[in-house]
Amino acid sequence: MLKFTDEHEWLKVEAGVATVGITEHAAGQLGDLVFVELPETGSTFAKGDTAATVESVKAASDVYCPLDGEIVEVNQAIVDDPSLVNSDPQGAAWFFKLKLADPNAADALLDEAAYKELVA
Amino acid sequence: MEDISHLKHTPLRALHLSLGARMVPFAGYEMPVQYPDGVMKEHLHTRNAAGLFDVSHMGQVIVRPKSGKIEDAALALEKLVPVDVLGLGEGRQRYAIFTNAEGGILDDLMIANRGDHLFLVVNAACKDADFEHLQKGLSDTCEVTMLEDRALIALQGPRAEAVLGELWADVSAMRFMDVAEADLHDVTCIISRSGYTGEDGFEISIPTASAADVTQRLLEHPDVKPIGLGARDSLRLEAGLCLYGNDIDTTTTPVEGAIEWAMQKARRAGGAREGGFPGAERILGQFADGATRRRVGLKPEGRAPVRGGANLFADTEGKTLVGKVTSGGFGPTVDGPVAMGYVDTTHTDNGTTVYAEVRGKYLPVAVAALPFVKQTYKR
Repeated sequence: MLKFTDEHEWLKVEAGVATVGITEHAAGQLGDLVFVELPETGSTFAKGDTAATVESVKAASDVYCPLDGEIVEVNQAIVDDPSLVNSDPQGAAWFFKLKLADPNAADALLDEAAYKELVA
Repeated sequence: MEDISHLKHTPLRALHLSLGARMVPFAGYEMPVQYPDGVMKEHLHTRNAAGLFDVSHMGQVIVRPKSGKIEDAALALEKLVPVDVLGLGEGRQRYAIFTNAEGGILDDLMIANRGDHLFLVVNAACKDADFEHLQKGLSDTCEVTMLEDRALIALQGPRAEAVLGELWADVSAMRFMDVAEADLHDVTCIISRSGYTGEDGFEISIPTASAADVTQRLLEHPDVKPIGLGARDSLRLEAGLCLYGNDIDTTTTPVEGAIEWAMQKARRAGGAREGGFPGAERILGQFADGATRRRVGLKPEGRAPVRGGANLFADTEGKTLVGKVTSGGFGPTVDGPVAMGYVDTTHTDNGTTVYAEVRGKYLPVAVAALPFVKQTYKR
């Protein structure tokens, strides 16, 4: 199940674990990324908390946790090479995997059609 | 989206839009922050070939002596700037600052001697205040005119000289900070060999009616690409150049700001025209006794950019505050984070480690010599 937030994150939910990244639209708006800071595995976040930070040449931006949950894995590849977020934001450049506090909570998020309408 | 309909436009706005620029508000103008290539590529293109910048938002001011003698204008202007204007030869330009009575900096600017008048370029955000300041200070002896009918562009980078030469004007004889009139595409422009990137390059004042045409023809050259404000900022930061309002302002003196080089001997203690500018007592006092803080280069040791506003500490616990970052970001040519800021004079030696507070952490930052990238001015 692929879901989106109005903060421009995408979530791919499988068996109660959401793989989270930022959308192509967000990556385009941010421009060339030069630094990514990811949360620690095992940390817990509430929906809307700042879970990661991305920095372009010009500015730093927060990446919010899309739902309540616990970080079970992070993607070191985007820390080593932040430009991956620009080249493949909705694929190889996922940010973290979030074990959802409520496995059904993702249902209420935007589907792909609704998100596309939001950024159109 | 932010409403930008109230903003002023430069004569090149339509050209920016046709090039796919992302426009943002800056100093009351709608300006291109980047083009589709993005900040990183624009920055590197400027260092490797030639970048073209629209800086028409800046103020272009003429100071014309009523007596007809340029010396009178120079001496009048020296009452507002701690700079040797009298000694500036015809066809030469010099960096300057307006100071206030406390020795703070009201704006930084360029002054060119154009033979029968002085030609000033001031910052967009300050230009109305600067104009008033000039009128108030100089109107007895000079006519002060803000030019509203000219655009200003900059062509910067190692290919700039060749591009101008190929297209129209042989500028190879010009040295850094020379100013001359030249015809570009049959339009008489004022060209100075200067800029804000650390690269060799030119700043070109063009009559508004011809600005888009001249600019478009420059952009047709394969070595030239348009560059937005984003890369302009990363280029000047790597070059160690101050951004007025960030790195110098009314609360910083020229000594604290480490721009003593802008004050020639004639205006310092013992000089032919010592003092005689606003804040002279404080500024010359700092020349003699030093200041308690100083602007320095800052090189973060990790990959995380350290931005303007970050506090600097002597320790990793945030106990002893020793300074503040005034500009910081990522330097594409350095391929790492770069910054500048003020530190207490006890911490100004190159290699001194201080700690910048970033998102609750204290990141090690080394005090470093400026510029971060070697300047390639043609002296």
